[in-house]
Amino acid sequence: MKKIACLVVVAFAFAMVFSTSAFSARKTIIKIGINAPMTGDIPKVGEGSKYAAMLWLEDIEKAGGLEVGGKKYEVELVIEDNESKAESAVKANMKMITQDDVLAIVGPQSSKQAIPAGEVANKYKTVMISPWSTNPNTTLDRPFVFRGCFLDPFQGPVVANFITDEFGFTKAAVLYDVASDYPKGLAEVFKAAWEKKHGTGSVVAYESFTTKDTDFSSQLTKIVKSGAQVLFAPQYYNEVPLIVQQAKDLGWKGPIVGSDSWGSAETVELCGEACYGLYFSSHYAAAGAKGATKAFIDRYTDNYGYVPDDVAALTWDALRLTQQAIQDAGKITGKIEKDRTAVKDALANIKNFAGITGNMTFTKEGDPIKCAVIVKINDSGEYEFYKSSCP
Amino acid sequence: MESLIELGQYILQNLINALQRGSFYAVISIGYSMVYGVLMLFNFAHGDIFMVGTYIGFGIATLFLALFAGFLPGPLIFLATVIITMFLASWVGVFVEVAGYRPLRSAPRASAAITGLMIGIIFETGILILLGAKRLSFPPLMKSIAYNIGGIYFTNVKVMIIVISLLLMIAVHTFIQKTKWGMAMRAMSYDFLAVPLMGVSINIIAPLTFAVGAGLAAVAGILYGQAYPILDPYMGVIIGWKAFVAAILGGRGSIKGAALAGYLIGFIEIFVATIFPSTLRDLIAYSIILLILTFRPRGFFGMEHSTKLRL
Repeated sequence: MKKIACLVVVAFAFAMVFSTSAFSARKTIIKIGINAPMTGDIPKVGEGSKYAAMLWLEDIEKAGGLEVGGKKYEVELVIEDNESKAESAVKANMKMITQDDVLAIVGPQSSKQAIPAGEVANKYKTVMISPWSTNPNTTLDRPFVFRGCFLDPFQGPVVANFITDEFGFTKAAVLYDVASDYPKGLAEVFKAAWEKKHGTGSVVAYESFTTKDTDFSSQLTKIVKSGAQVLFAPQYYNEVPLIVQQAKDLGWKGPIVGSDSWGSAETVELCGEACYGLYFSSHYAAAGAKGATKAFIDRYTDNYGYVPDDVAALTWDALRLTQQAIQDAGKITGKIEKDRTAVKDALANIKNFAGITGNMTFTKEGDPIKCAVIVKINDSGEYEFYKSSCP
Repeated sequence: MESLIELGQYILQNLINALQRGSFYAVISIGYSMVYGVLMLFNFAHGDIFMVGTYIGFGIATLFLALFAGFLPGPLIFLATVIITMFLASWVGVFVEVAGYRPLRSAPRASAAITGLMIGIIFETGILILLGAKRLSFPPLMKSIAYNIGGIYFTNVKVMIIVISLLLMIAVHTFIQKTKWGMAMRAMSYDFLAVPLMGVSINIIAPLTFAVGAGLAAVAGILYGQAYPILDPYMGVIIGWKAFVAAILGGRGSIKGAALAGYLIGFIEIFVATIFPSTLRDLIAYSIILLILTFRPRGFFGMEHSTKLRL
């Protein structure tokens, strides 16, 4: 009796293993993975990624599937939460690649997760596009990893130049999170760019804190005392309101300038009037957009009730890029390893892709060459286009 | 001479910063110490009770501001928010004692400690499910006005936080030293075997202790919401750890010690970041505390025998 039971179990196990692989071979569904922070420190970023992906899927479904080489394929999104943690992002990629058999992955968004997750994607030879990660290490020496945005070595000088041209300042202060890849990388790049322009020691205060700190009073007191004219804070939306408010309370009078991580829809909502009139560098500006960008903004606003932030726009572009690459690959063989490599080759060859955040051509490293914009938070709390800066 | 004045200003400014930060550690660490005094265990869910208290305060404050903002004076709304939040949050404390610790009273201490951590995780994920992962912004209960006196910057909110924390600690001290209930708590911490035989039930004193601790944490939460108005479900973790360190440093079970150590940790954190690169802040700050504990393992006011007990 026991033996029979044993046999049945084994038979079932076999049947399951074979049926899934046989099933996927028969009716090929194209699966795209989304690796996003649905919970954790920056859930708004995850929400934007998910909503943009849902709009994209809606388009595909309206067309009756994704057409590759004259055949229409059904598309499925696999959305995994990385909790805004590096280890969870790695786990999510692992699961999507080995269990869900995704063809390509879009995400993770922040560099802290994108750098380790990219390692996994590259090792398992699966295309990964991080829409929002600006740290160079994400794509460095990883042929399967791409990104949808400009890099920090570009963004840092853009901000430094902007402050110099706009205000004519020569002394800057930096406050950043030393435990997170993105702020740390960008702070270093900014410091180098600023000191190249104004000489060594022109960054008069270079202060740090660690993730989840809420009190910056000792750092900000130092910064106020240092005689800096401008404060650069490349932080996420959950910290920006605290930094801005505490700086004002401690007698900071100068401008505070941010980077693309400020671009979340939540920054102004949490910060309120304290953030009006501040500037940050970003990928696109919602107020005053035209053409396809405006169409996307209107559609997103109609569906979800708020203006999409740069993460949503970049995720949209990343998915469109994935779509383009899959179509350019010419055919789906059903053999997932082969298809993944074909998609990678196609993606690397895309030229002058017209995205809603600007035109993109990939470099050898998988980084697009594209422009940055300086956004001003205007007096009604909207992100307004102020200036554009191209490489 | 000029630079001397500037240095004085700088030190005073940081003193105010440290007083604010220390107030939170002090008020929260009292909750750890009180529970330890009575039950000889550290309630590791306390940081998350603080978080739940902050969310309750957020709800009450939002409700009251929506209802009464037009016709009641601001301080009255503030007072009402504090009292009602304290009341509601103390029931959270009672719940933690009754549901979490009471069934384990005769179990090994490690089981109780692990239960505390579990309750904390349940609170965190519970809030996450209930309210979503979205950050909430605590509404300001008073208009922040910045003052600049002799180059030292402070706001009325800062002053309020420091004053209310001090008042709270005096109130708790009086409660423990002057009332019958307080006497029962003190007696329990001397001998938790003999006191129940005298007709003081541990099943009343323990929840009462948790309730007072949770009430304090909730007020700290409202004040925290005024100073750092971004709420998230994990906000209690780190501040809970640091307050726990304060409770150990002050001497297990000593309220006075916990309060003093709370301020001391605030001062060490702020001044270490002022003198050394801020990157090394926690490393240096907590090395200093480790050093103090090496030479004085029972903390400032801990009783000799309390070091012999584990956890």
